[in-house]
Amino acid sequence: MSYHVNEKGYYGEFGGAFIPEMLYPNTEELRQNYLSIMEEPSFKEEFQQLLRDYVGRPTPLYFAERMSERYKTKIYLKREDLNHTGAHKVNNTVGQILMAKKLGKNRIIAETGAGQHGVATATVCALMGIECVVYMGEVDIARQAPNVARMKMLGAEVRPALSGSRTLKDATNEAIRDWINNPVDTHYIIGSVVGPHPYPDMVARFQSVISEEIKTQLLEKEGRENPDYVVACVGGGSNAAGAYYHFLDNPEVGIIAVEAAGKGIDTGESAATSALGKVGIIHGSKTLLMQTPDGQITEPYSISAGLDYPGVGPLHAHLFRSGRGEFISITDDEAMTAGLTLCQMEGIIPAIESSHAFAILEQRKFNPTDVVVMNLSGRGDKDLQNYIDYFKL
Amino acid sequence: MIKNRINQKLKEDKKLLSIYFTAGYPKLTDTVKIIEDLEKNGVDMIEIGLPFSDPLADGPTIQDSSTHALNNGMNTDLLFEQLQNIRETVSIPLVMMGYFNPVFQYGVEAFCKKCQEIGIDGIILPDLPLDVYQDEYEQTFKKYGLINVFLITPQTSDERIRMIDKVSEGFIYMVSSASTTGAKTGFGNEQQTYFERIAELDLKNPQIVGFGISNKATFDQATKNAKGAIIGSAFIKHLTQHGTEKIDGFVRGIR
Repeated sequence: MSYHVNEKGYYGEFGGAFIPEMLYPNTEELRQNYLSIMEEPSFKEEFQQLLRDYVGRPTPLYFAERMSERYKTKIYLKREDLNHTGAHKVNNTVGQILMAKKLGKNRIIAETGAGQHGVATATVCALMGIECVVYMGEVDIARQAPNVARMKMLGAEVRPALSGSRTLKDATNEAIRDWINNPVDTHYIIGSVVGPHPYPDMVARFQSVISEEIKTQLLEKEGRENPDYVVACVGGGSNAAGAYYHFLDNPEVGIIAVEAAGKGIDTGESAATSALGKVGIIHGSKTLLMQTPDGQITEPYSISAGLDYPGVGPLHAHLFRSGRGEFISITDDEAMTAGLTLCQMEGIIPAIESSHAFAILEQRKFNPTDVVVMNLSGRGDKDLQNYIDYFKL
Repeated sequence: MIKNRINQKLKEDKKLLSIYFTAGYPKLTDTVKIIEDLEKNGVDMIEIGLPFSDPLADGPTIQDSSTHALNNGMNTDLLFEQLQNIRETVSIPLVMMGYFNPVFQYGVEAFCKKCQEIGIDGIILPDLPLDVYQDEYEQTFKKYGLINVFLITPQTSDERIRMIDKVSEGFIYMVSSASTTGAKTGFGNEQQTYFERIAELDLKNPQIVGFGISNKATFDQATKNAKGAIIGSAFIKHLTQHGTEKIDGFVRGIR
C-alpha cells in the first residue's frame, strides 16, 4: 500500500480538485507540468543550489542529549528553525517561485496566517524581482505586526482579508478569489499541503528534502537510515509532510502527528481536526474538516496561529483514517510549557507550533533504544510576545 | 434528455431573464415572497442561493448576503421547509445554487430527492467538478430529474466546452469574464469576442450568461448571442437598499 498521491490526485478517499471552473485552467496547467518541470535538470540544479547557498541547507540533525536523558529515549532534532526566514516554509516557496518562473508567471499571490509563509513568499519574490501580494486576515495583521513589517520591507503588498472571521481561512479564500480574477499571469503559492490537486503533492515534494536529509544524517550518526519515530506538528501539515515523506511507505517508521487542542478538544476552542472534523470540502480539497452539521466551516482556535486551520492536508486525513499515523492533540498550556522546557534544556527557543510536537514527550513513552526524530519546524522569535504574555516574562 | 421546466422554458422564443438571490437574505423569511414577486414581474427563471460560509467564487456582495443569511439562521433543512409548497404558487423553473460542502453533508441523494419533491428543476454547484459529477453523482441527479448546470469561462478551452456540452442537459452557464461575482460591470471587446466565439461553436445546449450583468444595457449585450442572462449581485444590492418592496421596479428596469 502506498501513502503517496494516486494519479487522480487522491490519498485514499481524500484530495481531488473541488474547484470552480474558473480555476480549472490554472490548476490543470500546473497539474500537467509540475512533475516534468521538477524533473528538469536545470530546475533541480537551481532548486538545490538555492536551498544550499540561500536557505542554508542541509539543516543539522542534532542529538539532544539532555532531552534524551530526561525522556529516556534517543531524541534527535531536525533543525528547520535554522533555515533562512526561520522555518521550513521557505523550502516550498523557493520551489514554487522557480515553478512560477518556468510557467512564465510574473505575479505571485499567497495567503498567510501568522505571517511565516507570507514572509517566506515575500523573500523569494524579492530574490527573483517578482511582484508579490500576500493576503492576511485583518485580525492576524493586528496580532502579527512584526511579520507584516517584514513583508513590507521585502517589497510585498499585504492585503487585509476582511471577509468571514478575518483569519487564515479567509486569507486563503481571498487569495483564491484573486487567482480567479487573474488567471493568466499569476501563480498562487499555497503555503501548506492543502488546496486542490496538485498542490498537496507539489508542496510535499518540495518539503521532502527534510526527510531526505534525515535519512543521510541518521545513517552517519546511528548507522541506519530509518528512525523508529518521526514526530511533527500538523496544522495544514507541510512540515509534517516533508518530515514523513520518505518514510511513508516504510511501516517500520512510526509516524506521529501532533495537532493543536487549543483550550481542550471539548471546549469549542480547538483546532484538533482529526478529533473534531468530518469529511468535507475546503479550499478545493476533500479532507477532514471542522464544520457544523449543516456543512458550514467553523472557526478553529489555537494559541499558535500556524496551527489555527479548520482542515488538514488530504495526506494527513488519509494517514489518520488508515491508521498509518498516530495522532495526538496538545493543549495551549502543554505546548507553552514544552516550549520553555526546550529553551532551558537545549538552549533553543522554538516556534509555538513546534512546541506542540515536543509536548508529547511528557505523555507518550518511548523505549530507551528508540530513535525519535522531532521536526523542529520553526524558531520562536516571532512568538516572543506570546511567550512574554503567557509566562509574564 | 431530462424533461422539466428548464427545457420547456428554453424552447420559448425569447431572451430569458434569470435572477439569483441568497435564501435568508435580507430577512430569514423573505424566500417565498422574493420568488413569487420575481415570477409575477416576468422573470423567467430563479436561482435560489443556499448560503455557504466560504463562497470562493463570490465577490463581497454575495459573500455579505451569505454571511447575513447564515446569521439570520438559514440552513438547508429550513430552506427546504420554506420551499415546501412553492409549486402551489410558482411555475417558472427553479434552480438551487450553492457550494458542494453543504450538499455533501446533507447527503447528495437526500438533497436531490428533496429537490424533486419540492419541484426544483436544476442544481448549480460551481465547485463540484465535471469528472467527480460523472464518476459519482450523474446517475443520482438523473434519477431525480435534476439538470446539473456547468460553468464555462473565457479561459475554458473549446475541447473542454465540447465535453461540458455533451454532459449538459439544459443550458450552459457562461461566466462572462475571469472574475468572482459582482467584480466587474459592463462588457468590453474581450467579452464580445468571447460571446461570438461561443456562439460559433454551435453547441447543443443554449447558453445563459452570468457575472457582470446589472442593467438593461448589459442584459441586451449579453443576450445578443446567448439565450439569456443571469443577474445576481445587482439584485442583492437592490434588496439591501429596498428590501423586498420594489422588486417590480428592478425587473422593469431590465426589460
